[in-house]
Amino acid sequence: MSIKKYIRERFFPHMWCSGCGHGIVMNSLLRAVDQLGFNKNEVVMVSGIGCAARISGYVDFHTLHTIHGRALAFATGVKMSRPELNLIVPMGDGDALAIGGNHFIHAARRNIDLTAIIMNNRIYGMTGGQFSPLSGIGISATTAPYSSIDNAFDTINLSIAAGATFVARTTTYHVKQMIKIIKQAILHKGFSVVEILSQCPTYFGRKNNIKSAVNMLEEYKNNTVPIGSKLLIENPALIQRGIFKQEEMPEYCREYDKVIERAKKE
Amino acid sequence: MCGNIRFIQGNEVCSEAALYAHINFFAGYPITPSSEITEHMSVKLPEKGGKFIQMEDEIASLCAIIGASLSGNKVMTATSGPGFSLMQEALGYAIMAEIPCVIVNVQRAGPSTGIPTHVSQGDVNQARWGTHGDHAIICLTASNHQDLFKMVVYAFNCAEIYRTPVILLLDEIIGHMREKIVLPKIGEIPLVERLKTTMEENVNYHPYLPREDGRLPMSDFGGKHRYNVTGLFHDMWGFPTDNSEIVHGLVHHLTDKIVDNVHQIAKIKEYFLDDADTILVSYGASARSALQLVQNRRAKGEKIGLIELQTLWPFPYSIISEKCIKANYIVVVEMNMGQILREVKIAINHTEKVFLANRIDGVLISPNDIENILRNIQGKGV
Repeated sequence: MSIKKYIRERFFPHMWCSGCGHGIVMNSLLRAVDQLGFNKNEVVMVSGIGCAARISGYVDFHTLHTIHGRALAFATGVKMSRPELNLIVPMGDGDALAIGGNHFIHAARRNIDLTAIIMNNRIYGMTGGQFSPLSGIGISATTAPYSSIDNAFDTINLSIAAGATFVARTTTYHVKQMIKIIKQAILHKGFSVVEILSQCPTYFGRKNNIKSAVNMLEEYKNNTVPIGSKLLIENPALIQRGIFKQEEMPEYCREYDKVIERAKKE
Repeated sequence: MCGNIRFIQGNEVCSEAALYAHINFFAGYPITPSSEITEHMSVKLPEKGGKFIQMEDEIASLCAIIGASLSGNKVMTATSGPGFSLMQEALGYAIMAEIPCVIVNVQRAGPSTGIPTHVSQGDVNQARWGTHGDHAIICLTASNHQDLFKMVVYAFNCAEIYRTPVILLLDEIIGHMREKIVLPKIGEIPLVERLKTTMEENVNYHPYLPREDGRLPMSDFGGKHRYNVTGLFHDMWGFPTDNSEIVHGLVHHLTDKIVDNVHQIAKIKEYFLDDADTILVSYGASARSALQLVQNRRAKGEKIGLIELQTLWPFPYSIISEKCIKANYIVVVEMNMGQILREVKIAINHTEKVFLANRIDGVLISPNDIENILRNIQGKGV
């Protein structure tokens, strides 16, 4: 299977560092779209600012590269206008949940049919390695030289509490699971969140004494388990992977069609 | 005819005129004194099959209408000072990506929360320079409902012609005041619709390659042409670049397409200028008081006239300079510390002839206020 047809080759080489997990995410995302059999014209990708957001430039869909944190707000305008299109919104952890946190919870609350992909490398990569709202306590970063005292968001619980109707987590090590989850997330009619743990060897790894991208991938392999695994009893610190929530609820654009019907009657 | 006569608020005029101009998407966030526009749109848009969404804040509102505009809609949002401040980053994006949209700012007294329900014209320079980086902007205003209707439609037209955000800078008095308006009939005011590319699918469409007349035909996002849109400096395909020639060219393009067309864009109204020795320059609610004063004093035989600005940006320097050439007193009447005064001083060779008549206390400047200041300026005492 070739995903080459989805790539804007002339804009390569990409700007991601060697060992970065984001290329794996892009590859899996394109495989997911390919397996779904979508026409390229049916896919819109809206992104914000940061390393993760650069995905939109490299793929041959309708692509809207916007401002920091606000991708979901732009995507809301596109989706409301053209509900038949598939909207994919790749974001970094800072883009999605720091500067974009408010837009994130409100898009989830509306249950508008967007697929939010949070590429979580727990660091601000593009600006040189500052801690993010997903770094967590005890992490070293260029703005946490004495290690971070900031709690991390729990993306899964945050998304569910805010009203997202499809919520999942996977990692760049678990590529097959990633493709499967992205496919389900895109097909889901409602606000979908896929958190993908994605390694940043350049900043997160270097600042936190993880020697290489391979070591980081091995950590994803060893420190994550399927949801509800028995291993959690012995080691509750393990990170769960899989689909945490999948529920059909009224979707915003469809509900707005009903508003139009009511308005026209009165 | 009677069916077209209404007695409504300026904010409602904004909504009616937007509908006349074929708006089909509005996103907004409640803020005094502009909320009635948002409320009205929530009622009217779905009636005609359009879409309304109340967003989580003002910057999200502007982002949403940018997305909707790209997808082929005529769009608007409405706010007041604090919300307008919050929108500035998205405003720059719309300028850079050349997205047609209309942003209404019903000004309140500021800075900060200020006085939400009182009048001010303090956002004139923010409208011009609020977002970062070199750019030009179109900013329009009006002093009465009949004109306001036309200017709203004109704002939508300019947004399409120049592919740019257009700011409608109103004030609390115009927004909240009720007065008579005769709603124009269909076809009475010309509309500019979206210029769409005629290129076929699979032909290499360049979203940022201007035609010979400078206009950029659009292709609805999600339609037959796939392309990239970004706030980064970009080439004719919409792809990021730091090529210095392209960067230089784009800054010029974004500025020149507006500044070079100032004579097409600028609208002013003239009252009694022919023999005027004293010329008032005003706009928005303060122009109502200025006009009243001019009429009062003309009745007494005084040679006084008024230029009412309906386009604040791009500022019509040469027009002002030409109109004021014979005047000895040029008095800018506005409700701020002299934001348009500065531009008039740039326009007029003899800055010693240019004066300010202002109020900055959230109260409408009255004809009496202007008269008192005028007497001081003319050395006649109060």
